[in-house]
Amino acid sequence: MSTSQPLLDVRDVVTHYGKIVALRGVDLSVASGEIVTLIGANGAGKSTLMMTICGSPKATSGQVYFDGEEITGLPTHEIMRKSIAQSPEGRRIFPRMSVMENLIMGAETASNADVDGSLQRVFDLFPRLKERQNQRGGTLSGGEQQMLAIARALMSKPRLLLLDEPSLGLAPLIVKQIFDAIRDLNQGDGLTVFLVEQNAYHALKLAHRGYVMVNGKITMSGTGKELLARDDVKAAYLEGGAH
Amino acid sequence: MSAPQESFLVSCAKDAAVGGLIALALFSLMIGMQADVATGLGGQLGITYRWGAVGIAVAVVFAGRLLLNLFVWKADTPVTRTLGSFIPKASSVVGLGKYAMPIFLVLAVVLPFLLTYWLGSRGSRQYLDLAILVTTYVMLGWGLNIVVGLAGLLDLGYVAFYAVGAYSYALLAQYFGFSFWVCLPLAGILAAFWGIILGFPVLRLRGDYLAIVTLAFGEIIRVVLLNWYEFTGGPDGITGIPRPSFFGIEFERGEGGFADVFGLEYSSIHRIIFLYYLILIMALVTNFVTMRLRKLPIGRAWEALREDEIACRSLGINTTNTKLTAFALGAMFGGFAGSFFATRQGFISPESFTFIESAVILAIVVLGGLGSQIGVVIAAVVMIGGFEFFRGLEEYRMLVFGLLMVVIMVWRPRGLISVRRPSIALSGGKASVISADLVQEGHG
Repeated sequence: MSTSQPLLDVRDVVTHYGKIVALRGVDLSVASGEIVTLIGANGAGKSTLMMTICGSPKATSGQVYFDGEEITGLPTHEIMRKSIAQSPEGRRIFPRMSVMENLIMGAETASNADVDGSLQRVFDLFPRLKERQNQRGGTLSGGEQQMLAIARALMSKPRLLLLDEPSLGLAPLIVKQIFDAIRDLNQGDGLTVFLVEQNAYHALKLAHRGYVMVNGKITMSGTGKELLARDDVKAAYLEGGAH
Repeated sequence: MSAPQESFLVSCAKDAAVGGLIALALFSLMIGMQADVATGLGGQLGITYRWGAVGIAVAVVFAGRLLLNLFVWKADTPVTRTLGSFIPKASSVVGLGKYAMPIFLVLAVVLPFLLTYWLGSRGSRQYLDLAILVTTYVMLGWGLNIVVGLAGLLDLGYVAFYAVGAYSYALLAQYFGFSFWVCLPLAGILAAFWGIILGFPVLRLRGDYLAIVTLAFGEIIRVVLLNWYEFTGGPDGITGIPRPSFFGIEFERGEGGFADVFGLEYSSIHRIIFLYYLILIMALVTNFVTMRLRKLPIGRAWEALREDEIACRSLGINTTNTKLTAFALGAMFGGFAGSFFATRQGFISPESFTFIESAVILAIVVLGGLGSQIGVVIAAVVMIGGFEFFRGLEEYRMLVFGLLMVVIMVWRPRGLISVRRPSIALSGGKASVISADLVQEGHG
């Protein structure tokens, strides 16, 4: 499954917000075809790492490689045109544009020759979106908006999908639907997924491998099962999380 | 039965009386006493008392408050609700654009002929001048709509580009003797260039902060024009700006003039009609370009930028270029309108490009409904036409005008035409219009 060279490789990345250090030397890699999750408490730096991979903010030191090519210093829009797609934290759909327009925006900058095919795929994945294609994005429910955000990211036919807290503020049943869709994408389409989550139980169950971040540093890593079984992970992140 | 009725009346009257007393206390100083140079006292400063005016003001406050209490604030069925139900819902004007557009267009095209037929060439001149003015503002509104309505960048200094366009033409004509038709594209390019110049420093700003900087930019341009006396003529302005020719044929009496060439009897109205059609075509080009761009990736990127900048970047949209093209294109149309303004007036000075102009153009866009093309037309007709219509009211004109704007914004907080038609839909799928009634977010 994994080749010698990881699809995404983060090496000793340090990121500052002004004078505040957010990431203190993070090493992490995602092989092609994997689902890798990053869990951690609020303010641990999970989202910052996600944003640093996307080039905003830029890493103060260290390197990020995508498919063997260094992308550390590139402007955000160039990174996002490299078969990387991101579903940002808080969904950030375009509220006054229709569902269809939202989806088309996802395919706009990508060199995706088969827009109709991608559209078909995301409608298969989330039939709800097809029903609501002419409705404006802002009128969708939270879960539908999250589906739309993921679907929009998929419209560029990415090889790597970055998901920032897709379960944020959603009911358990919807979370399950979203995670099922991610698994489906990984197994069916061979999509590589890097998932940042607070919902540690579901994320670790879904992922092949996981990393735990504390205070801007990776403290633990291992397969999803291993991490789920560890007592310290259970104590810190899984208290009452197994619903 | 009668007891609560009475107490209702009494409480309304009491409330109104309190309002009247407060008004009396305030107005007795503000209105009742006027400091002026008293006659017969050797030019000393004295006080004139105007108790009659105070009485009227207090009576107005008392009566107004009493009526509002009776019929709106304390009434079971407020009159405003009844009135409000007469105002069409946004969803019911969805079809308006479809019918209004062709009707407006036909009306606009035949307007000069209708006017000259009814009123004769002398009587119609005033109305044609007004039509030219309104159309100029429609064009400016459409230009600003690209920046504010589509890209969501609040620009309070749009008049700067209008000024750049006007001065470009005036100065190029004055120094190099270029004709209007050569200067028109040059003025557009120069204005677009200034749009980019403004765009660069404000790339990272949004909302209120952007508004302040664009406001400052508008003032800078005006102040430079005012003070660079050797080049722009400063407050004296530029006079004798050449009139546009009909593709080389001048609108003059006698041999080789427009009337002579086309075998018509000479009339000064020909030039006015020509100017009217000129601005109409320029405005329609603006509209056409905007409508086309909305359906292209760049137009969708503008709208996406208005909705969410971070999401845009996560989708690989170059927000820098997107913003700069919006500024440049909006500015270009402002520049075109500016050079038209210069050629129509024949005289320009910095006084024509004050902040109030920016405010009026922005008001047209906001009242019309951000991003709505037909809304801009209606708002321009109502605002600029209304300006002239209420001229008879003299000093009360601004009062009526302000009241009108308040009323529109209270009843239609998102502008007259607040629906948005998606620029894309799956083939075969019905592209329903997205009405503001569905979700009232309240923010622009």
